[in-house]
Amino acid sequence: MPEQTHPGADPSGLLPALHRLQEEHGYIPDHAIAQLAKIHNLSQADIIGVIGFYHDFRRTPPGRSQLLICRAESCQAMGADALAGHASQRLGIAFGETTRDGAYTLEAAYCLGNCACSPAMMVNGKLLGRVSAERLDTLLDEIDQS
Amino acid sequence: MTARLYIPGDAAAVSVGADLTAEAVAAEARRLGQEVAIVRNGSRGLFWLEPMIEVAANGTRIAYGPVAPEDVPDLFAAGWLTGGTHPLCLGPTDSIPQLARQTRLVFARLGLDDPVSLEAYRSNGGLTGLHKALAMAPEAIIDTIDSAGLRGRGGAGFPTGIKWRTVLNAGSDRKYVVCNADEGDSGTFSDRMLMEGDPYSLIEGMLICGLAVGADTGYIYLRSEYPDAWKILQAAIAGATREGLLGDNVLGSGRRFDLHLFKGAGAYVCGEETALLESIEGKRGLVRAKPPLPALQGLFGQPTVVNNVITLASVPWILAHGGAAYAAYGCGRSRGTLPFQLAGNLKRPGLVEAPFGVSLRELLHDYGGGSASGRPIRAVQVGGPLGAYLPESRFDLPLDYEAFAAVGATVGHGGIVAFDDTVDMAGMARYAMAFCAQESCGKCTPCRIGSVRGVELLDAMLARRPQRSNDDTLLRDLCQTMLEGSLCAMGGMTPYPVLSALDNYPEDFGLAPRPVEKTA
Repeated sequence: MPEQTHPGADPSGLLPALHRLQEEHGYIPDHAIAQLAKIHNLSQADIIGVIGFYHDFRRTPPGRSQLLICRAESCQAMGADALAGHASQRLGIAFGETTRDGAYTLEAAYCLGNCACSPAMMVNGKLLGRVSAERLDTLLDEIDQS
Repeated sequence: MTARLYIPGDAAAVSVGADLTAEAVAAEARRLGQEVAIVRNGSRGLFWLEPMIEVAANGTRIAYGPVAPEDVPDLFAAGWLTGGTHPLCLGPTDSIPQLARQTRLVFARLGLDDPVSLEAYRSNGGLTGLHKALAMAPEAIIDTIDSAGLRGRGGAGFPTGIKWRTVLNAGSDRKYVVCNADEGDSGTFSDRMLMEGDPYSLIEGMLICGLAVGADTGYIYLRSEYPDAWKILQAAIAGATREGLLGDNVLGSGRRFDLHLFKGAGAYVCGEETALLESIEGKRGLVRAKPPLPALQGLFGQPTVVNNVITLASVPWILAHGGAAYAAYGCGRSRGTLPFQLAGNLKRPGLVEAPFGVSLRELLHDYGGGSASGRPIRAVQVGGPLGAYLPESRFDLPLDYEAFAAVGATVGHGGIVAFDDTVDMAGMARYAMAFCAQESCGKCTPCRIGSVRGVELLDAMLARRPQRSNDDTLLRDLCQTMLEGSLCAMGGMTPYPVLSALDNYPEDFGLAPRPVEKTA
């Protein structure tokens, strides 16, 4: 493995490191950026550029629960727009936002690979299919009460 | 006697309650003092029936579905462990019409057993292809792939044998096999199903590819949206390493093959092969200009095969049964089968593996059962978010790479998304541009800027739609620029859904009446 010339050459490269950090903290903390730059022999601007490019990585803490609603074609054909509107209205936030109390972050996904059970969404990493507004409400009630 | 039950652990089945149903089955069996063995298998792909439980009774597997937790006590009472009748009983799994009619070659093992059991994989025909390949010269392996007529299943349809031969003949002592498992196309899920339900077939395909091209290192670039596939692949790679399938001495052959699992980070464009390579190298997923081809200068500048999951997973079958057996299926220059994925507004969505040449009408109606809403199907998008929208007049077109290309459409990765007559096609065209603007890597201007201008143009057209005074000249012009000037398929194919919507559903765009009628 030509690691010395290609810093990303093995699975301990930059993307895996970013994934690990985000798993640990929920986001990529600023103090980690200088450290990553040093380890990977890159500039801090390089690291920030990579973080910024990928939708998964975030530099601010997300809400305690993360809702990812699929907005792609198959889910649209099965009412995802109405579901998205319902979620947005109930939580009082737009897509890409976190509720003021830090309870929820609402985000769009463009396909979760669950197109045969549309509309689909992911709640804290758990995939759900055939999601109705009622099912979403029940789920949010459960999270609210927990 | 312990009864054997199969309850899918597939992410889609779990997303509609398979775990809860499995718990209910275990609890009820305990309550009744019945001994049951529950196997979490892959999904058969009949998703309207999920969670679908199979009971092995008298040597036959009887299916029940969809089974909700509250149905479970009733099923026990009906004697389902010995194949008892019940309204949810679907009969023998193999006789379910939508499954029985399929040609399952690559997906033959899907749903048969525990996907991470290498023993089950072997007993269901796995590793036959690898054993053959280990006794063959690289050229002979590639000749077999050539004779099968296998083409890239990621969407481009490039002949796999030609790609492999290029890598074989490239002069380098370090080569890579990269599996593109960044299945980002909306409406597609065959890669996910296969990785979750039959991971060893992908590993075996990559091993055979490594033998053919002289590569000893492989990467699977898996999208982060597939956490279940990640866990199963991790377990399968660990199992394969333990059993000497991967590592220093592949099945005692003295050959070496290491396989790494690499997680993407939510960028659609990383499904483009050169952006994917950049991503593994730890960089922003910017598309590279070609040439050089990845086959000559790919990962870390070395000769690299980049193939889609289904392409690689087709390889073991081809080696085991011969190229001619695979090429016997299909039509024209599209040989073999494609696992089509039926999605969107359909009564029976799911996975249908069928030979090329099957028509959309057969897939949508005979397999898919028509729309879920009961309304007429007005538009069908084939081949993901960069695929064309086709109206009913095109439903008899055979699904074949060339036949689709001839009408400005694409088969792509085989995703088929149906919309009923409530769909707003101008809205879908706007969505296509917005998706491109969102996911463009930004390297080339037609894609980066063109998609933004496309959204603006369509917003203006949507606003003026009631006056029916729109002119599509500028939008068509923009599409032409994107088609011809983009670096990759992201910008180069975003016009497919836009132009096909314009051509086939002009009434949705509020266009001013034209003096001369347009020819299709």
